[in-house]
Amino acid sequence: MSTPAATYDLGKLYGGLRLPAEKTVSTSLEIQRIPVPDQLVLPLAQHVGEPAHPVVGIGEYVLKGQLLAEPYGSLSAPVHASSSGKVVAIEPWPVSRRFGENAPCIVIECDGDDTPVAPSEDMAPYNSLPPNALLKRILQGGIVGLGGAVFPTGQKLMQATTMPLEYLILNGVECEPYISCDDMLMREQAAEVLGGAQILMHALALDACYVVVESDKPDAIMAIGEALAELGDERIVLKQVPTIYPSGGEDQLVQLVTNREVPSGGLPTDVGCVVQNVGTSAAIYRWICEGEPLISRVTTVTGPGVRSPMNVMARIGTTIADVVSFAGGYNEEAEQLIIGGPMCGKSVTTDRVPLVKATNCVLVLTEKPVYGNEQPCIRCGECALVCPIQLLPQQLYWYACADNESKLRTYGLTDCIECGCCDLVCPSHIPLTSDFRNAKARFQELADEKARAERARLRFESRNERIANEQQQRERELDEQKAAAKKAGPSAIDEILNRRKNKQQDKDDE
Amino acid sequence: MWTSILTATLIITAIALAAGVLLSAASQKLPGNSNQVVDQVDALLPQTQCAQCGYPGCRPYAEAIVSGEVSINLCPPGGDETVQRLADLLGRDPEPLAEAAIVASVAVIDEAICIGCTHCRSACPVDAITGAHQFMHTVIRSECTGCELCIAPCPVDCISMVPMI
Repeated sequence: MSTPAATYDLGKLYGGLRLPAEKTVSTSLEIQRIPVPDQLVLPLAQHVGEPAHPVVGIGEYVLKGQLLAEPYGSLSAPVHASSSGKVVAIEPWPVSRRFGENAPCIVIECDGDDTPVAPSEDMAPYNSLPPNALLKRILQGGIVGLGGAVFPTGQKLMQATTMPLEYLILNGVECEPYISCDDMLMREQAAEVLGGAQILMHALALDACYVVVESDKPDAIMAIGEALAELGDERIVLKQVPTIYPSGGEDQLVQLVTNREVPSGGLPTDVGCVVQNVGTSAAIYRWICEGEPLISRVTTVTGPGVRSPMNVMARIGTTIADVVSFAGGYNEEAEQLIIGGPMCGKSVTTDRVPLVKATNCVLVLTEKPVYGNEQPCIRCGECALVCPIQLLPQQLYWYACADNESKLRTYGLTDCIECGCCDLVCPSHIPLTSDFRNAKARFQELADEKARAERARLRFESRNERIANEQQQRERELDEQKAAAKKAGPSAIDEILNRRKNKQQDKDDE
Repeated sequence: MWTSILTATLIITAIALAAGVLLSAASQKLPGNSNQVVDQVDALLPQTQCAQCGYPGCRPYAEAIVSGEVSINLCPPGGDETVQRLADLLGRDPEPLAEAAIVASVAVIDEAICIGCTHCRSACPVDAITGAHQFMHTVIRSECTGCELCIAPCPVDCISMVPMI
């Protein structure tokens, strides 16, 4: 079978590293479906933005695909039930997040029947819907960016429609070591990925789409190529990019594919591109064409600490303990559990945490990576060479130590994507990325403090104004009373006194 | 030659005089920019409105600082950081804080004890306490600046300060 050739006209990616892939261990098996677990734990905040608000109560029986929590605020996404069962609790539960340990979750005890909710009536074919209605529908499916950033997809697309656009880019570049869920998804569900691309192009009124895959995924390239040949949609072009970490970052991918640089603090839409992960695209296809909201995802369970590494199709809300035990469980050497990849993932201390929309990988390592002792920076500049954003990590480190906010901003800390390349090459073993992460958190803290002070100032001023107004009002009333009394003259006062006296007498008579 | 020197001197003197008159008139007629400086100083203060500096709020203290009548180290909630920033802005020497810096905290009313006297409500400089006469009061946590001004007026001592998380 012939496949369309992948094209090679590429832009330049600055810096980056070639990392050992470690992916083949998890790609020997097909995607395995995890059966419905006994218990599902669904965090209300599985996306960037405000947590969703629950619309079900404790004790309520819910069906698979039923809306559990609706979006709240300007940036949010709904949460749906991954299977049927009874809501037993809405309570804080350990989750894997960047900040904080516990978050409110809806806990469902599954009945195992997996009864789906009645399909909604408005299942019109996507191309009969106007783009705006289609975007609204995508919003309702609880779909978020599955590459890891979990930005609510509907809102991302709505923002994109306000800009002049040229390309839709489907991100099949899974550059972090160990992770292979997008690879397996493209191999097995290429048609759904491309179906999602067609829906996205319709919603954004675009007629150019690149599906971008890394060169170390020949099977995925083959599968996408075959599906493309079958589909015969000439608007979609397959592109192959070299395997360099972090070429799968959104801005890096745009640079690679279109040779356009996303401006500092900007978005890919500023240069006419919309980037979506291939998993997100498949999820959109399933929601729009099959009516299934985002209630499951492909996740890689891998690492030297897992008995049989594999990719699984798991319900959102399955606990990591269930996921790992499905993959044969931990072996004797298992030491550290990481949610996400080795570069950007987060180490967790309990496997009670649920698998969420963001969870692309469950990594079990056998030994905690040994970093050498941290030593002073020797200004070698290695970090600046590998930084894909062309920042100067050695300077940023300096200013982060000094907590110099204005310098950190001048040197572009807010553009750091926390890819971890600088950490890896630093001969002094300085944990640069975590320092930068802390500095960014401090930015947020300062901004919050400032907003708080500003609110307090406004409240103080309005209170003073109110008190002054009340004072004036009282004085005015007093003046008016005085004036009225004066006008009536002394006889009026006598009259009032007489009236009172009469009243008293009446009372005494009674 | 002498005449030309004389003419030059006269012309220069005349220009200087005219400029002087113009400038003095302008300084009296046009508003000065001290208001702007007060705004800048006010922006650096923590806006707790706690009056620990001896002035009834942050803006009055800012005005006093700009008029030059007080030192810049009277703000305990701001801490040394604020003193340093004020020194940078005003070109004065930073001084150590007159009183020890305090940790950010918020007031909490023990609602079981509260008798609803409204004293704390009227003492709050930022209207962060709500409650009606003879009904339980409560602190709006997100708006409380931790100024402690509500503590003294409470007749039943039901208000305590807890550290802000």
